Amino acid sequence: MPSQLVENTMRTKRLPHIWCPGCGHGILMRDVCQAIENLGLPREEVSIVSGIGCSSRAAGYMNYNTLHTTHGRAIAFATGIKMAKPNMHVIVITGDGDATAIGGNHLIHAARRNIDLTVVVFNNSIYGMTGGQYSPTTPTGERGTTAPYGNIDGDFDIPRLSEAAGATFTARGDCWHVQQMIKLIEDGIKNPGFSVIEGVSICPTYYGRKNKKGGAVQMMQWQQDNCVDIKKAAKMTPEELEGKIITGVMSQCKRPEYTAEYDKIIHKAGGDK
Amino acid sequence: MAEQQKRFQLLQGNEACVEGAIAAGMRFYAGYPITPSTEIAERSAVRLPQVGGKFMQMEDEISGIAAALGASVAGMKAMTATSGPGFSLKQENIGYATIAEIPIVVVDVMRAGPSTGLPTSPSQGDVMQAKWGTHGDHPVIAICPCSVQDTYNQTVRAFNLSERFRTPVILLMDEIVGHMREGCELIPTEELEIHDRNQHMINSMPYAFGEGQYVPHMTSFGDGNLYNITGLFHDEAGFPTNDNKIAAQEGSRLMEKIKVYKYSGILEYEEEEMDDAEIGIVCYGGTTRAVQGAVEQAREMGYKVGMFRPVTLWPFPEYELVERAKQLKRIIVVEHNYGQVLLTVQGIIKGDTKVEFIGKVDGTTITPREIIKKIEEEE
Repeated sequence: MPSQLVENTMRTKRLPHIWCPGCGHGILMRDVCQAIENLGLPREEVSIVSGIGCSSRAAGYMNYNTLHTTHGRAIAFATGIKMAKPNMHVIVITGDGDATAIGGNHLIHAARRNIDLTVVVFNNSIYGMTGGQYSPTTPTGERGTTAPYGNIDGDFDIPRLSEAAGATFTARGDCWHVQQMIKLIEDGIKNPGFSVIEGVSICPTYYGRKNKKGGAVQMMQWQQDNCVDIKKAAKMTPEELEGKIITGVMSQCKRPEYTAEYDKIIHKAGGDK
Repeated sequence: MAEQQKRFQLLQGNEACVEGAIAAGMRFYAGYPITPSTEIAERSAVRLPQVGGKFMQMEDEISGIAAALGASVAGMKAMTATSGPGFSLKQENIGYATIAEIPIVVVDVMRAGPSTGLPTSPSQGDVMQAKWGTHGDHPVIAICPCSVQDTYNQTVRAFNLSERFRTPVILLMDEIVGHMREGCELIPTEELEIHDRNQHMINSMPYAFGEGQYVPHMTSFGDGNLYNITGLFHDEAGFPTNDNKIAAQEGSRLMEKIKVYKYSGILEYEEEEMDDAEIGIVCYGGTTRAVQGAVEQAREMGYKVGMFRPVTLWPFPEYELVERAKQLKRIIVVEHNYGQVLLTVQGIIKGDTKVEFIGKVDGTTITPREIIKKIEEEE
């Protein structure tokens, strides 16, 4: 029997999902649904837009207006939906490769515009769908099938990247700390501007195996022990924070929102008469 | 203040495209500046907010078509415009629009290529790209206007076909037509035949269609029906499937829908002086004026020559040209490339009619004189 949440928010006939046993994405998908439920948003007024990759298969399971687009382009498609229907809550579900490699341009430019989209990045630090290649968030030195001797690329900090580009709400959560992640997504949806919430996921099949992180249970335990809330982190020494992942709200500010600004353009041009 | 548009205006082809689009109901444009299509973006930026619509200059060509598709999904008629290099970049999402069946008009104002090529010079080198540019087997509608007024009218038709058949429509312009300036009648919306997508979705299924139908109906995001859209092969509900039977059905329906409705408004072609012609000149878009001039002069010189112009380039008016060829000794294909429509004509014209070719890709336009020379040399 599916839970009430799953019954209410997912296309249960389409479950079980295609993700590997132990994948963190199912938890993050549930967190997005729970956040929408907590805010009481009517499902008809919610669009879920995704790109390509493991993360992006989430859209099809979720019972909203769902658009599974091309690789990297989810934010650009979402921009069009938001412009056409500014009252719609448009949530983008994307992955680390989808959002910051092939779709990196759209991420920074949507942030620059501060258009009211909520982007949830399911970051498993690897290209899972294609079989374990390193991504822009694979930590330097770690391995993938295309980094057999270790990755020499630097890795992106997604909230900091987004903040620098102009996002007005950035945050990071993980799979273990579910209540925190749900709250971060809620706050992101509530922010009237461009919000980016990184959800640190786990990929025991590829990232875990390639880098000897143990199975799903060990990887979840690692998150429990090493994901540190930003408030707690403020009281810790740099040595204590070595190798930790800091979670919570990373940045928040106010700037004019794009669709509201465009309404002013229409007014100036006389198109609202 | 929104200015009332004058009915008759001196316009560029690119500007007429925007006016036709707005008359057809376009309320969203997203694109990226590129020569020689930029005036389409510029006029959209001025005109759309005047009619309550929205213009967005995106970060690149790909997001231009992606945002336009997003707006279309949410119920706004949408367009993007580009030229050669940008048309290459948009190809993946043209395929997405084809399989996901999202109406959109994609304008390509052709310039000389490959690559950066001759950005400000005329060419018709994207004819086959319009047909085969996106990967995978797929149908396509491509329309080729030949003048400023024709651009206005054909842009309206492009939107209508896109909405009626839930498919991307390529408006294949070229630098000559895009930058040509002449008088244009801005026929107001009330006087035009305007088609909107059928919004009565069958059983709330975005890809369900009735007996003998090929085009599923579509509600917009936010209108109450919750459904999925994907670029994967999908079932009636829009959910991805690996079922080979469903994949085969869907693939063939996509191909069939353009074939079946070819004679329900998709096909359009124009003939001049063809009734008694022995020489037929096949042309489209920017070469049309030169051909019209050549036909007129050659007639005065005593040659029985006429013009056959596909307005809808894809699907090609194959049957019509084959029928006409029965009376023709010669067909001369005139185009600004090394022979792209020529390939199609050679493929369909069998028998005694000789197929000849005038192509030009040096950045200058084909003149009536060059065409007359060709007519004379073979006589």
